Amino acid sequence: MSAATAQAAGPPPTAPGPGTAQAAPRRTAGRRRLTPYLLLLAGVAWLLVFFVAPMVYQASTSVQTGSLDKGFKVTWHVATYWDALREYWPHFLRSLLYSGIATAACLAIGYPLAYMIAFRAGRWRNVVLVLVIAPFFTSFLIRTLAWETILADQGPVVRFLNRVHVLDVTAWLHVTQGDRVLATPLAVVCGLTYNFLPFMILPLYTSLERIDGKLHEAAGDLYATPFTTFRKVTFPLSLPGVVAGTLLTFIPASGDYINAELLGSTNQKMIGNVIQSQFLRVLDYPTAAALSFILMAAILAIVTVYIRRAGTEELV
Amino acid sequence: MEQYEPLPPPLRAALRRSMSGGRGAMGRRTFLRAAGLGAAGAAGLTACGIPAAGRTGDSTASSDHSAQEKTVDFSNWTEYIDVSDDGKHRPTLEAFTRRTGIKVKYTEDINDNVEFFGKIKPQLSAGQDTGRDLMVLTDWLAARMIRLGWVQQLNPAHLPHAFANLEQRFRSPDWDPGRAYSYPWQGIATCIAYNKKATGGRAVTSISQLLDDPSLKGRVAMLSEMRDTIGMTLLDMGHKPETVTDDTYDAALARVQKAVDSQQIRKFTGNDYTDGLSKGDIAACVAWAGDLVQLRIDDPDIEYVFPDAGFLFSTDNLLVPAKARHKTNAERLIDYYYEPQVAAQVSAYIAYVCPVAGVQPYLAKIDPSLAKNPLILPDAAMDAKSHSFRSLSEDEDTRYEEKFSKLIGA
Repeated sequence: MSAATAQAAGPPPTAPGPGTAQAAPRRTAGRRRLTPYLLLLAGVAWLLVFFVAPMVYQASTSVQTGSLDKGFKVTWHVATYWDALREYWPHFLRSLLYSGIATAACLAIGYPLAYMIAFRAGRWRNVVLVLVIAPFFTSFLIRTLAWETILADQGPVVRFLNRVHVLDVTAWLHVTQGDRVLATPLAVVCGLTYNFLPFMILPLYTSLERIDGKLHEAAGDLYATPFTTFRKVTFPLSLPGVVAGTLLTFIPASGDYINAELLGSTNQKMIGNVIQSQFLRVLDYPTAAALSFILMAAILAIVTVYIRRAGTEELV
Repeated sequence: MEQYEPLPPPLRAALRRSMSGGRGAMGRRTFLRAAGLGAAGAAGLTACGIPAAGRTGDSTASSDHSAQEKTVDFSNWTEYIDVSDDGKHRPTLEAFTRRTGIKVKYTEDINDNVEFFGKIKPQLSAGQDTGRDLMVLTDWLAARMIRLGWVQQLNPAHLPHAFANLEQRFRSPDWDPGRAYSYPWQGIATCIAYNKKATGGRAVTSISQLLDDPSLKGRVAMLSEMRDTIGMTLLDMGHKPETVTDDTYDAALARVQKAVDSQQIRKFTGNDYTDGLSKGDIAACVAWAGDLVQLRIDDPDIEYVFPDAGFLFSTDNLLVPAKARHKTNAERLIDYYYEPQVAAQVSAYIAYVCPVAGVQPYLAKIDPSLAKNPLILPDAAMDAKSHSFRSLSEDEDTRYEEKFSKLIGA
C-alpha cells in the first residue's frame, strides 16, 4: 500500500508568491490568508444548503408528532425511532443483505474485468473503458425497465434458464419462484449488481492501473508463481480500489428503491421503498425521517467497522 | 486498537496516553463544549416544525391576472387528451386558443396522484403559487385538496356550459356537494383485464377468481391505488365501498393479504400493468378500462370484464389551485370542454367515461360505434353495477393508507 500512496502523493505544495508579493507585502499577506477561505466558500455554502440544512430539517422532523391537517410540532417523541425500527427491521435486514450480495457480485465480476482492462487490454483499453461507462448515457430508470423486458417470463433468457434447469436450483434456494425470475429476490439483486457495477470497476481500474509492471517482474524474479504474485503483490496494492469500489456500491445500493419497485414483488421491498411510501403515501413524515436516520446510522457503523478492518485509513 | 499492534511498545503506550489524557480524551472542557453544542442543536431542532397544512379564509384567492395575461397553465396526466395523427397538435386546445386568444401551456406532468401531491405540497402549504392554473386529480386527492383549502372556489358565472351539461351522476359527490370547487375531466371505470394467451383462453370474470384460481398463480397484479384494489375486493365480498367501515375494510385487506401470502399476487402496479399484461407476465389484473381500449388496438388477446359483483367508478377532476394567476382563463377552459362537440372530440380519442351530457350525436358523427360504446357512455346495465368509494376522514385516510402500504410490502 505504501507504494501506491507514495506514488499518489506528489511533491509537497510549494507556492512562493510571485513578484507582486514584494510590492505590497501587507495587503497580499492579508489576501493570502483569506484566499483559502474564499476558495472554500462555494463548497461550504453547498454543504450548508444541500447537506446540513436538510439534515437538521430531517432530524427535527423525526422527533415531531402531528398530522398533515393539524401540522407537525417538535415534541421530542423519540419513540418514533424505536417504533420504526420494530416495525420495519425486516426491511433493513433485507436492504443490507441484498446490497451486500450485490456488492460481492460486483466485486467478483468487476475485479477480473478491471484487471483485464488495466493489464491486458492494450490498445483496446479506452474502448473497453468507454463501454463500461456507456450505460450511464441512459437514465437509471430506463435501464432498470429494460431488465423487466430482458427477464420477462416468456423472454429468451428465462426460457433458456428453464431449459437448462437453473431455475429449479434457484427455486430450491428460494431466490426465485416457479418458472420466473421477475418479481423475485434474484431479479432485485441482479438489477442492483448491474446498476452499480461501473462504480466498482472504475475505482478498481484506477488503483490497478497505477501498479508498476516492474513489481510483477520482480516477483517473477523471486520465483513467485503468477498466483502468488497476485496474492502478495497485485491484490494488496489494489486494496484501496477494492475498498472505494465496495463503498461506492454498497452505500447507494442499500438505499436504492427503484430496483425493488420495478423488479421485485411485495416480499422484496427494501427500506428505500418504506421511506418513500411513508413520505408520499402515508404522509407520516416523522417515521420516514426516523427511518432515514436509522439507515444512515447503520451504514455509517458498517462502513466504519469495514474501513477499520480493511485498514485503509488513507481513504478517509 | 488492533490497528496499532505493529507499532513498537513505547509508541503504543504514548498513543494510549494521548487517548486517555491528551487532546483526544474527553476532558471536562471538551465535554462542556459538546454539551453546549448539543443544547444549541436541540434548540435549533425545536424551532423547526411543519405548520398545519390547511388554509382557511380567503387566503386561497389570488389576484387574477387573466385579463392582462392571456395564458393558462394546465397540468394533466399523460395521454389524456386528443392528439392529431402526426402527434404534433392537440386539436381541441388549439381551437380554444383560436377562439379566445388564450394560449394554453399544456404539461403532462402528472403520473401518480401520490407523487404529484408530494410535488405541489411545499408551495401550497406555504401559500404560494404552484405555477399551475388548472390540474387534474382523482377524487380522493381532490377531496383532500378541498379539505386542506388548497383549491379555489369556481365562479359559476364563468361556467354556463359546465353547469348545464354536467351529467346527472357526477353532480354531487360527497366531497364536493354541488361541484363548488371541481368539475370532472373524465370518469374512470375500474375493471378486470386478462390476456387470453396467458390464461390459455380462460376468461377471468371476478375478483374471487383473480385471488384464488390456481392456474393464475404468480401472474396476478392489482393496482397500487388503495381505493381501486380494496373497493373491488369489497364488492366481491358483498360489501359496498360507499359504506366502508373499519371492519369491512380490514376484512377486504385480509382477503387480499391471503392472496399475497400464497404468492397468487405477483405485484401491485401503477399504470405500468399495461406493459406486463401485453407481455403476458401478468395474466390477469385489476385495471382501468380507458387504458384497455387503447391496449386492445395493439393486442386483441387482451380482454376486460366488469364483474357481476360490481365495479369501482371514480373521476379525475379539474381543479384551480390556490394562488393560481389565471383563474378566469382556467374557468373558460373548463367551460369550453363542457361543450358537447369538444367533449366528443376528446372522448373519441381517449375513450374514458365522458362526463358531458349530449355528446352522443357528436360522437356518432365521428364514428357511430363510439356512440354505442358503454365505456364512453355507460348504459343502464353499467350504471347499475357502478360504485364509488366513500370519502374518508383524515384519520381514516391515514390509517387505511398505512395498512394498505403494509399490504403492498412497504
